[in-house]
Amino acid sequence: MNALTQSWIDIGTLSDIPVRGARCVRYNDLTIAIFRTVDDQIYALEDKCPHRNGPLSQGIVHDGCVTCPLHNWIISLETGEATGADKGRTAVYPVRLEGDRLLLSVDPMKPTSDG
Amino acid sequence: MNKENLVIIGNGMAPGRMLEYLLEADPHRYDITIFNAEPRVNYNRLMLSPVLSGEKTYEDIITHDDDWYAAHGITLHKACKVTEIDRAGKTVTAESGVTQPYDRLVIATGSSPFIIPLPGKDLDGVLTYRDLDDVDNMLLAARDGGKAVVIGGGLLGLEAAAGLKAQGMDVTVLHLMPTLMERQLDTAAGYLLEKAFEELGVTVITKANSQEILGANGKVTGIKLDDGTELHASIIVMAVGIRPSSELAKLCGLDVNRGILVGDDMRTSDPDIFALGECVEHRDQCYGLVAPLYEMAKVISDQLLGKESEYTGSVTATKLKVTGIDLYSAGDFAEADDREEIVLRDGAAGIYKRLVLKDNRIIGAVLYGETADGPWFFDLVKKQTDITQMRETLIFGQAYQGASSVDPSLAVAALPDDAEICGCNGICKAQIVGKIKEHDLTTLDDVRAHTKASSSCGTCTGLVEQIMALTLGDDYNPAAVQPMCGCTDLGHDEVRRLIKSRKLKSIPAVMQELEWKTSCGCAKCRPALNYYLVSDWPDEYADDYQSRFINERAHANIQKDGTYSVVPRMWGGQTSAEELRAIADVVDKFDIPTVKVTGGQRIDMLGIRKDDLPAVWADLGKVGFVSGHAYAKGLRTVKTCVGTDWCRFGTQDSTGLGVRIEKFMWGSWTPAKVKMAVSGCPRNCAEATCKDVGVVCVDSGFEIHFAGAAGLDIKGTEVLGVVKTEDDALEHIVALVQMYREQGHYLERIYKWAKRIGYDEVRRQILDDADKRKQYFDRFVFSQKFAQHDPWSERASGKEKHEFKPLATVAMEPAQ
Repeated sequence: MNALTQSWIDIGTLSDIPVRGARCVRYNDLTIAIFRTVDDQIYALEDKCPHRNGPLSQGIVHDGCVTCPLHNWIISLETGEATGADKGRTAVYPVRLEGDRLLLSVDPMKPTSDG
Repeated sequence: MNKENLVIIGNGMAPGRMLEYLLEADPHRYDITIFNAEPRVNYNRLMLSPVLSGEKTYEDIITHDDDWYAAHGITLHKACKVTEIDRAGKTVTAESGVTQPYDRLVIATGSSPFIIPLPGKDLDGVLTYRDLDDVDNMLLAARDGGKAVVIGGGLLGLEAAAGLKAQGMDVTVLHLMPTLMERQLDTAAGYLLEKAFEELGVTVITKANSQEILGANGKVTGIKLDDGTELHASIIVMAVGIRPSSELAKLCGLDVNRGILVGDDMRTSDPDIFALGECVEHRDQCYGLVAPLYEMAKVISDQLLGKESEYTGSVTATKLKVTGIDLYSAGDFAEADDREEIVLRDGAAGIYKRLVLKDNRIIGAVLYGETADGPWFFDLVKKQTDITQMRETLIFGQAYQGASSVDPSLAVAALPDDAEICGCNGICKAQIVGKIKEHDLTTLDDVRAHTKASSSCGTCTGLVEQIMALTLGDDYNPAAVQPMCGCTDLGHDEVRRLIKSRKLKSIPAVMQELEWKTSCGCAKCRPALNYYLVSDWPDEYADDYQSRFINERAHANIQKDGTYSVVPRMWGGQTSAEELRAIADVVDKFDIPTVKVTGGQRIDMLGIRKDDLPAVWADLGKVGFVSGHAYAKGLRTVKTCVGTDWCRFGTQDSTGLGVRIEKFMWGSWTPAKVKMAVSGCPRNCAEATCKDVGVVCVDSGFEIHFAGAAGLDIKGTEVLGVVKTEDDALEHIVALVQMYREQGHYLERIYKWAKRIGYDEVRRQILDDADKRKQYFDRFVFSQKFAQHDPWSERASGKEKHEFKPLATVAMEPAQ
């Protein structure tokens, strides 16, 4: 039985995450980073840089991107894709705001671009 | 063959330019001697306002340095005032007694500021605004803050007012006429300008008639107006105009009216004597703007070479150089019956444009708020172009004529070859394009050097860059200064200077005021700006943790697997049984996989999970450990040897000094990491001679070293000097680090910074100048009041809790 498929999990409130920052959600062995941008957009990515698995949640958040703390790859929060000359993608998870509550789905989204 | 003697009296911008023309045409024609009453080389007087506001330094505005004169074989007498011209004997004699014969003489004595003969005009604190000494005096007065009054609401007065405001003074402008800059602006533009100055925080009083300057004990205290108003002020700047300096010419019997009279050939009533610049009166006109002076310079250069050349007068244009205010005016704009005008107003955008027409030709233009079309209108004025065809759209500017695009580079591409680009130097488009092609010029500095375009007031820089882009195509790389990052075109130095001069105290303020191209910066500029603001405004700036690299946010060093390492501070590299026991217990309790001794004499515990950090710090804190800042762009370690405590060679208490330095300086943020060492004797066991700052103790005292490197680069230190006592050593080291904190680019280590600004400059400010050293020292001490808090104990007690805890832990359970 896969009871959690497509269901939304309440993980906290918007104010729990610093503006231009991130917090992590642990889901068994998986860590998902929840990002909040300067204009209060919320994104969720697996907390692993496609380069060398650096914890993206520890990076600096700027505009719609995060810079990985290990080797400065810049990852798009919306698509999970590396930007610039770097190539790679990290998993993106659906997350939404309902009132002040943050709801996360642990089913990753399909890549949107055709690469 | 003997060369003829050319003697020049005065060394301002006009004779400087004349020499360039002359030397380019024929470098060997004359033996040249210059007498300059100012004690300096030739600098760009137009740029005094940016120096006053702090946006540029004196070095930035030098046109010809000492080497230039030497290279051209020119004798320059500095601080040497000529007192007599003997026309019969053809010699000039200076105050110092030097006498110099001439065959040709150029008088370029410039002008002097007009001093209103008010009671109190000789009080200490009454200044003028004319040369670098005036700027220095104003900057000195501004250091103490307080109030300033500027008399005169013309170009110079307003630039002085804006500069003093930028330096933090409370400024009032007194202007005799009903609106500002009435000679260049109509009343509507004058009103907009007054409003803009009020918004800058400068008080403007028009129709203000000064009656008396008030003082006490020989110093200015204020000013009284004829309506009884009294204003307090610690300085009063008179900027009401200039008058030609023609006394010397009068003394030797040349024809003089307001200025020295010249004909179209620029010769005075004595054909072997020319007059040039602001001291000249030509066809009833005296000029104070640079463009006409350069035109005169060209004519004299031609005449000196025996060529036919005439000066027939100039139409002038004015641009106000106050950051944030765009104002341009050219030609004649008084109202008259035979004149028509076209006006465009956009109140919301703060734009006002007015063109004055006569017989279908533009004779005057005033632009406020948007001045990009100024040079184009000025060109139409000078050429007396018939504008009938484009009358309907004329006021919208060049981009609307014919072509539909408003892309500025297309507008530049569409300019005719003879369109004037640089008004100061009279350089047209074709000359710039020609020089770029001829010499393969690729940088703005090169183009300035070869064409002079954009080298005076600099307001045409954008146009010149567009011409370079058009001419060079993909070969053009506009970055003359390496920008901080892709979010801005400004370099680190400019950003640091502007943060200070414009009192920017938050990251959003910097990004807004300096026109950042991204909404909230990037991982390169944000940590840099955060550091600059912490360093410049220690008591006022609220540290932005989200703009710090993770190590400085988590106060530990991130490792490749996302765990952290922790290094407690061991002052001067000393530890104890109690401390070591606490470390052993923490290693056991948190199952820390690796313990390592570092190069800076510390113990590093690696592989700690982030969630455990506050608990690790709490345990370490119990025996007195504080953060070792092994993660910081800040003071890391002071390594020591055992010195006179134990060592049979030790000459001083090196351990004690190391501990003292570390206790004094820990917690301070710096542009990049700072590692130090103190060795007790020249055997140098603490390896002080490859550190950012090092001390080698000797019998007679302490030899202070700086700018070493032992990482990516390897470099031995430079010696700052030897001082006698421990107190002296501490003061010098602290001052040196503070100088670096104030000037370094983010991530630039001390050895790179010191090389960039020059080792001698560091010695001059830190070793030779006791006042300066003390000021640096005091500023460091002040900033430490806000920096010396142990981040570990704060976080062990709950600060920034969210940083160390997951938002949520979700277990995979059957549906509830």
